[in-house]
Amino acid sequence: MVSIADILAEHKDREGPLLPILHDVQKAFGHVSEDAMREIASALNLTRAEVYGVVSFYHDFRKEAEARPVLKLCRAEACKARGVEALVPIADNQSRVKVEAIYCLGLCAVGPSAMVGDTVHARLDGAKFKTLLEAM
Amino acid sequence: MIVRISDDAVAIACGADAVAAAFLAAGVAVERVSSWGMQWLEPLVDIDGVGYGPVSVDQVPDIINGTAPSLGRIEDHPFIAKQSRLTFARAGKTRPLSLDDYYASEGWLGLAKAREMGAQATIDTVMTSGLRGRGGAGFPAGIKWQTVARADADQKYIVCNADEGDSATFADRMVMEGDPFMLIEGMAIAGYAVGASKGYVYIRSEYPHAIAKMEAAIKLSAHLVAPFVVEVRVGAGAYVCGEETSLLNSLEGKRGEVRAKPPLPALEGLFGKPTIVNNVLTLAAVPWILTHGGDAYAAYGAGRSKGTMPIQIAGNVKHGGLYEVAFGITLGELVNDIGGGTASGRPVRCVQVGGPLGAYIPPTQFDLPLDYEAFAAADALVGHAGITVFDDTVDMAQMARFAMEFCAVESCGKCTPCRLGSTRGVETLDQIIAGKNVEENLALIADLSETMKFGSLCALGGFTPYPVMSAIKHFPEDFR
Repeated sequence: MVSIADILAEHKDREGPLLPILHDVQKAFGHVSEDAMREIASALNLTRAEVYGVVSFYHDFRKEAEARPVLKLCRAEACKARGVEALVPIADNQSRVKVEAIYCLGLCAVGPSAMVGDTVHARLDGAKFKTLLEAM
Repeated sequence: MIVRISDDAVAIACGADAVAAAFLAAGVAVERVSSWGMQWLEPLVDIDGVGYGPVSVDQVPDIINGTAPSLGRIEDHPFIAKQSRLTFARAGKTRPLSLDDYYASEGWLGLAKAREMGAQATIDTVMTSGLRGRGGAGFPAGIKWQTVARADADQKYIVCNADEGDSATFADRMVMEGDPFMLIEGMAIAGYAVGASKGYVYIRSEYPHAIAKMEAAIKLSAHLVAPFVVEVRVGAGAYVCGEETSLLNSLEGKRGEVRAKPPLPALEGLFGKPTIVNNVLTLAAVPWILTHGGDAYAAYGAGRSKGTMPIQIAGNVKHGGLYEVAFGITLGELVNDIGGGTASGRPVRCVQVGGPLGAYIPPTQFDLPLDYEAFAAADALVGHAGITVFDDTVDMAQMARFAMEFCAVESCGKCTPCRLGSTRGVETLDQIIAGKNVEENLALIADLSETMKFGSLCALGGFTPYPVMSAIKHFPEDFR
């Protein structure tokens, strides 16, 4: 099991290492906890407020772990033009999967699109979207 | 028989991996190449230049035994044949991480030319080409490079802005996933020209495939660009980090808040050092310019918009994808002739050009040529040249509301017009949509838009009025 100290050591020679560190912590632990922020702040000679400010600024970092599987559904203009809003009620009618809005996966001619982990899905319609949610 | 199938994110999202696996299982050799950019045909299968698509797994046996209907030669397809592919010359043809393929297709020639002609001559060549920043602002690249070159500092940086967050844009993603060495070569040329030893590619976290390809390509080509060093940095889901000063703060490990300019990043950029911040497409155009000369590039285009623009046709469109062509082509040609109208078959109601901060343009203005100045004169933006097509089912009041909502979600919070204006904008548009005091509230939105446009520090707050006001101007019936 990787520790915060390992992650900090790995990035010690980088310029401006905070974001790469937070990404690794988020990946390893599923969130960036208060304790992690304290340890990172101390190692980088930053205040806890500064680290908290960065964690809370970016959508990718969570302060608490998400227990449910997460699906990111693109709700930007091109996917709206291709009918993503019709999929939203399907997401709202279930609670097993956390469906989050994301603004653009760059799959704008083949939307509606979604991402689960690093896996991308395109040309979603109601049936495909339901199947995708059920398979998670 | 060699089957070529793209391994970019669009192809994979459309099922290309399963199709490739089916060919392999049938004993056919498969090469994973970059995408041609004909996204409505993905997964597109290319066998000796002849195309099939969109291909599903159950069609694979018929393709192998020659009974499946083909699209004919891909090179001759009207979508491809009419393009002027300079930046995307290799699209569909080469394996993204093959140095052999890259060498065999004019790879590294630009860097070699630059090193041969010297730093100042390299900058002069970029100046002659008329290349302007492809991120949206259209600032002349040569002037930016010259400013950084003249700055005196112990350390300078090249920062590639790959935080392509605008909806309807995917050209940066296609460069990184399809031709990563070209971008590295462009950055190395920039580094050589201005005396920068370190380059960062700031890629958005929504693009895991692009991140993986760039990291692999950087390792494979490190010895070719040395002493120049390139490193990938991953964004963290903040749209505003596509703004150059906010991107620099993010790279430094800070909140991605916008910086006031001056000082210009060219003089005080990353870690306070002189820095070139260029978009992916700007840097990706540079190897071609060095290889073929600045004049050859400037021969394309119209007016002060020189060269080609990789245009992205997206949204509710029949033939969506990447269309690289000289500036000057009209919107109507792009949407109707090339795009083939809507995917739904319904009439086109409008297009949004330039992402979430771009104006909505009705078909009555489809004679508008794609050109920075012509668009500015029509109160619109070329931006990153993404075009989202909408059919007649779109509710423009909802789209105007979304523009404000998006700005509220993504605002960095530094300046008041953007941070508060966007939230007040959503509330006021909600009132309008509910039919409350419509005329007074529309006047309020116009007033608020003025404040945001002139009072915001960056384009997020400053340009959000474009989609809002253009929707109200061209589609008043949706607001009353």
